Order: sequence, then structure tokens, then C-alpha cells
Amino acid sequence: MSLILSIVVDGVAYGMILFMISVGLSITMGLMRIINLAHGGFALLGGAAVHLLTTRLDVAFIPAFLVAVLAVVLVSVLLERLLYRHIYGFNELGQVLATIGIVFIMIATVNLFLGSTILPLGAPAIFTTPIDLGFRTLPFHRLVVIISGLLVLAGLWLLMEKTRFGIYLRAAVDNRIAAASLGINTPLVYLVAFATGAGLAAVGGILGAELLPIEAYYPLRYMVLFLIVVSVGGLGSISGSFLASISLGILDTAGRYLLPGIGTIFFFVAIVVLLALRPNGLMGKAQ
Amino acid sequence: MTFSKSTLYLVASAAFFVTGTLAQAETIKVGVIATFSGPNAIWGKQFREAIDVYVAQHGDEVGGHKIQFIYKDVGGPNADASKAAALELLVRDGVKYLAGFDFTPNAVAVAPLTKQAKVPAVIFNAATSSINKQSDFFLRTSFTLTQLAQPAAEWAAKNGSKKVVTAVSDYNPGIDAETAFSASFEKDGGAVLEKIRMPLQTNDFAPFMQRIKSSGADTVFTFLPVGPATFAFTKAYNENGLKAAGVSFLGGGETDETTLDALGDQATGLVTAYHYSDVHDSALNKSFVAKLQELHPGSRANMASIGAYDGAELIYRMIKAAGSDGTKAIEAAKGMEWESPRGPVKMDPVSRTVVQNVYLRRVEKGADGKLVNREFATVPNVPDLGFNP
Repeated sequence: MSLILSIVVDGVAYGMILFMISVGLSITMGLMRIINLAHGGFALLGGAAVHLLTTRLDVAFIPAFLVAVLAVVLVSVLLERLLYRHIYGFNELGQVLATIGIVFIMIATVNLFLGSTILPLGAPAIFTTPIDLGFRTLPFHRLVVIISGLLVLAGLWLLMEKTRFGIYLRAAVDNRIAAASLGINTPLVYLVAFATGAGLAAVGGILGAELLPIEAYYPLRYMVLFLIVVSVGGLGSISGSFLASISLGILDTAGRYLLPGIGTIFFFVAIVVLLALRPNGLMGKAQ
Repeated sequence: MTFSKSTLYLVASAAFFVTGTLAQAETIKVGVIATFSGPNAIWGKQFREAIDVYVAQHGDEVGGHKIQFIYKDVGGPNADASKAAALELLVRDGVKYLAGFDFTPNAVAVAPLTKQAKVPAVIFNAATSSINKQSDFFLRTSFTLTQLAQPAAEWAAKNGSKKVVTAVSDYNPGIDAETAFSASFEKDGGAVLEKIRMPLQTNDFAPFMQRIKSSGADTVFTFLPVGPATFAFTKAYNENGLKAAGVSFLGGGETDETTLDALGDQATGLVTAYHYSDVHDSALNKSFVAKLQELHPGSRANMASIGAYDGAELIYRMIKAAGSDGTKAIEAAKGMEWESPRGPVKMDPVSRTVVQNVYLRRVEKGADGKLVNREFATVPNVPDLGFNP
């Protein structure tokens, strides 16, 4: 019994981290349909900024976190204006090549200034304190991640389903020309959506750093993980990404508890089977 | 393809014989094959900086010969690139010694070339015991996994550990460490409750920590590749309350100096068995570390640095004894003894891996607030226990 509870608790905690680091991608790649391989790059920039602020300039974690996310949003606005605006119009291969190029530039920049070793974030001591759940302990930061994950999920749902911006975005993605002719400022809608995606990447990178530590090669090391979550969840579906993250988290954790030797194979076989049965993902609509 | 390759080998060996017979003073080139770019670039950086220190301390001339180091980047574990780099160094640059080799496949790939060209290859890191069997021209100044895991097991058995869980990354070095540790620990009367092999791509170690905790073990012995996995593993060890539950940590290279500060205060108290710490208490080590700081401010010496530093020492000694004659150099190297910044070392004539002290160390805060591996017990003169010729 306590084994099953442990699998669920660890699985949900891990799944929530997966959700946090890939939710930004389900906006840019899922909703806006750009194959944005540079997603992890924004997470890296956010993490690197927190590293600089907390370890070199002695800023406290929470202000550093806010400044870093804001900085990444600013960078993403600049990049959108200068680069991504053109990338939207590329075909799929063009988007892959352009965004992987952006990743390489981001990696090289971080590598040049901060080196290729792990960049620790000066997280508050309470983050690492184990919290007693009665039948076992759980590190406090996992609770923080679970709660922030739920907040992000709720916030995005409200934004996409209940606000005018959400309607504009869905309209612009479905038919850009028709949306523009109805008077929707589509470039602005895209800019805001892109910056939100990048900002969430930074949030996920920073909060997930306890598990997926920040280092220069972060965007490439975990790229497959982000892409799996979005494709299993189904393009364009935030709740699908959420469901995918939690189930993948539980699946992977169960594999580690029960079959540690073949855990990874188990994980990937399950994904292959799922995508064979539902090529558009858990919540994806048929194209 | 095979034709052109064997032709190149012939050229390589021919080039050797032509220049090798001239025993006068000459410039002797040493080719260093390592990773200078990509996620593993730290290896090449540590190697090069340590060689810089050695050359700064000992000059670039020995036995009337001028020594020149040539660096070749292979970008990571890449057997083909390593072989190509070695071939180019031997044929085009005419190197008389090869060195470097951060990863096992990169070392194994050059074994046939070293035999054909009769050029000694000094391994600064790659730690799989069986590499040295592949060519008589391999010499190793790093360590092997058995060399560390067995003393760790003996020490644990003597110091109160009764029930151990081994948790290693599921790849060759991890399995070598697991095998060596368990065999020795069980021989000393301890019990190995569980042998966990963790997938190399693991990010979340919490499930393994729960398993270890519920197994009732008093010690966890671990081996993981240095990098994100180590970081996440040691974090998970603390955060899941294993320390509080009385499960001691016994590792190897997890607290490597270049990543130790990233682990942060939670690393304090971790015990590891290893062959080098940058705070090893000797005058030689202090001058090595000081010179490194002077030439490359901000760098920290680690096991890669010491492998390269002693590798340079060994190459200088071989050149002094045999100039550019590879076969003679290997014979001269066998049994060589010297004082290294890590302590006394001796080149084992059979395994051609250094015999060295293995230290038990505990992570603590150093004088300048940086975390250090403080040595507190020594297992003297350990050979490569895993070598069977």
C-alpha cells in the first residue's frame, strides 16, 4: 500500500516538474504551431540569470526569480521582433533549423560566460527541507512545484478559455488572415503568446532546477523530454500536456520502483505504443 | 578503405623508424587527444591547464630534447574521431608520445595504432581496467574502478557497515564498481541487500532513495558519472531524509572538485573513496594548486588535473630515459616511482596503471568557505585490483 502511495506521490511530483518545464512549449509549439526547439534555451537563460543574481550578486531567491523571468520575457520579445516573426512563415524544416541555430547560440553564450559545469541556484534552505507526509517524507520544493504547476494550469485555462486574448489567439492560430481582417492585431497576439511561452519556460527551468540542474547544455539534454510531453499530450492542448506530464511522471516512477533495470525501456515503449494508438496524442484533435 | 588505412599505418611506422633512429637532440612532440568542446569540454580544459602547470614548473626541455604538446579535440566519447586524431598526429605531426584519453572508447580506439607505431600512450583518465590489455603501449596515470571500489568496501566493512545497498548507473564503469564492491564487502562478512542499477538517463532519484530507505541498509555505495546525475543523486539523498534515517553515503568521484560547489552545503558530510583531493596535505600538492591558481585563476584541480600532471611527469621521465624510442620508453616506465601531488605513485609493471594510495574523504567547508574533500583515512599502495592479464 505504502509502495503504491509512494509511486503516486513521487510520480505526481515528477510529472508536475515535467509539466512546468514543458508547458511553455505547449503554447509556442502546441498553440502557435512553431517548432520551437529553442524552448529549453529560454529555461536555460532564466536559470542562468537566477544563478548570476543569487550566487554572484547575493540577491534573495524570490526577487531573483522575478527579475530573471522578466528578463527572459524581454529577451523573448526582442527575439520575436527580430527573428521569430520571420520564422513563423518558414516550413517545418526551416523552423527546426532556425530554432536549433538559436539554441546553439544560447548554449555558446552561456558556455562562454559561465562555463559548462552545473550552475547552482541559490534556492532558500527551506526548499530542501524534507516535509513529513505521515507515511514518508517529501522535499519541500516538490510541494512548491506541485502548487505552482496547479496555479499555472488554472491561470492558462482562464487565459485561453475565458479572456478576449484567448479568443484572439485561438482565432489567429486557426486562420490568421481571417482573424486579421476582423480587426484582430495578430502580430501583437503572437508576440504576447510567444513571450508567455518563453516566460513559462523560464519559470519551469528555475523551479525544475532541483531535478534537472541548469548547465549550458540543458536545452539539448532535455529537448527530447519536452517534445515527448507535448506530443503525448497532443498539440494545442494545455490540459493534454498536463495529463501527459502526470501520466508520464507516474509511469516513469513506477518503472523505477518496480523494474529499475529496464525502467527507461519501459517508459519509451509505453510512449511508442501510445503514439501508435493515438498519433495526435492524448487530447489532440485530428488534423 | 582497409587498403588506405593499412597504407597509412605503414607510413606511420616508417616515419617512426626514420626519425626514431636519430638519437640526437630533437623536438619531441606529444599529442594530447581529449575533449575540448561540447558538454564534456571540462576534461580537455583540466588536462591542458595541468600540463601548463607542469611545463611552467619543469620547463619545456628534458634530456636535451625540447618538448612540444599538440592538442586535438575529439568532442566527447567518439572512437572514430579519436582514431582519426591519433593517425593524424602520428603521420602528419610525427608525435612520439600520445596522451589524454578522457573516455574509454577513445582510448580503446587507438590501441592498434600504438602497437603498430610503437608509440606509448599515456591515459590521463579512462578508467576501465581492460583497456591496458589491448596494447602493451598503454600506461595509465588515473585509476581504475576496482582500485577505488575494493578499498571502499574494505573500509566500510571495518568501520561499522553491515548492510549495504549498491546504487550505480547502469553502464560498464558502474557495473565494474558494483561487482568489485559487493565481492569484497561480502568476503568481509557484510551483506549486500540490494544491487540497484539506475538508468543513465535518470533525472528523478526519489524512487531509488525510497527503495534504499525501506531496504533497511545502513550504507549506500554509489557510482555515477560526474554531471547532472551526480547533482540530482546527492540532492535526492539529502532531501529524502536518508542521512536522518541513518543511511551513510559512500561514493567515489561524486564530490569532484569542479562540481562540488554546485552541490552546495547539502554535500557536507558525504564520504567518498578516491585517489586525489585538491586539499591533499603535502608541499608538492600545495605548490601544484598554487601554480594552477596563478596560471588559470578560478580553476580548481581535480582528478583530471592530477591524471594529466602525473602523465606529463611520466612522459618527461620516459623521454629522459629513452628519448623518442617508444619500446625503450615503455620498458623504462615499468616500475617507475615518484612523488605526486596525490601522494606516492608507482607504475605497476604488469597492469601499467599507477599503484597509489586511496583516501577516504569527507566533504567539509574549507578555510575560504569553499567545500573541500578532507582526507581522513588512507588505504596505502593499491594496485589495479581488477587487472587480469
